[in-house]
Amino acid sequence: MNGWDELDRFLGTDPRDVGCAKAMDLLHVYVELVTRDPEATRRRYPGIVAHLRACGPCRDDFDGLLAAVSGNAG
Amino acid sequence: MDPGLGDNQATLASVDPESAEWLRTLSGTGVEREAAVERLHAILLRVASNEVRRRAPRLRLAGPELDDVAHQAAADALLAVTAKLGGFRGESRFTTWVYKFAVLEVSAKLGRHFWCDPRVSLEGEDWERLPDRFGFDPAERSERHDLLDALRRAVDEELTERQRQIFVAIVLKGVPADALAVELGTNRNAIYKTMFDARRKLRAVLVARGYLDIGTSRRS
Ligand SMILES: [Zn+2]
Repeated sequence: MNGWDELDRFLGTDPRDVGCAKAMDLLHVYVELVTRDPEATRRRYPGIVAHLRACGPCRDDFDGLLAAVSGNAG
Repeated sequence: MDPGLGDNQATLASVDPESAEWLRTLSGTGVEREAAVERLHAILLRVASNEVRRRAPRLRLAGPELDDVAHQAAADALLAVTAKLGGFRGESRFTTWVYKFAVLEVSAKLGRHFWCDPRVSLEGEDWERLPDRFGFDPAERSERHDLLDALRRAVDEELTERQRQIFVAIVLKGVPADALAVELGTNRNAIYKTMFDARRKLRAVLVARGYLDIGTSRRS
């Protein structure tokens, strides 16, 4: 039942979701915490976690920043 | 006392030495500042180029156009960073903060490029694409026929005109949110908020009409 699951996921909204503007504001802080301590990230920024799960464009920006930060460390 | 200066001193005291050095040289003058700006530009160009390359497989852009986007993004990010130095609060490394400008500039520029393709338009509504959009295979499609019909009816009857317009563009036409924001003269956050409210409303309607269970939404 792949389609049904996907539709169900799409229609699901998380009240903690902070939206794009707040997520982008804190993205540089968030990404560093993700690389150091993913567990702490979930506790500290549940609204950003919820947002990045639901928002494709912000997720893409996060992936890009994560790649930039990881590339620099290597 | 100048509160602005006080804030700045607190920030400078708490950042790591490398970030502090960036701030010192970029807010300085003369050849030292010029050299710092040049190094900053090189970093921004590297990050923007990598980011363009990372996104390239999903884009309909040729090599020279991609290079163009990377160079423009790096130049605009450089302007933004130097203009907003005071906005760096030491909550991350300076370079991480800087990388974000490059990534977001690339993101915004590629969003605008979507409309350069003459095949895309906001005209028409492809409702037959709805099952595909969510990955319904033919068997599931006929089994869930009622649900899909109810969804379409809910979009027509329950959403505001703005919600409906954005739902059709994003879900049926696959227009990226950033591209849609450019076309509608708004921003990603407003598009997301409109879709968020639309999604919540559609779920509530489908639950009320017996097509979805209230507890089926994944929470974690
Ligand atoms: Zn977003």
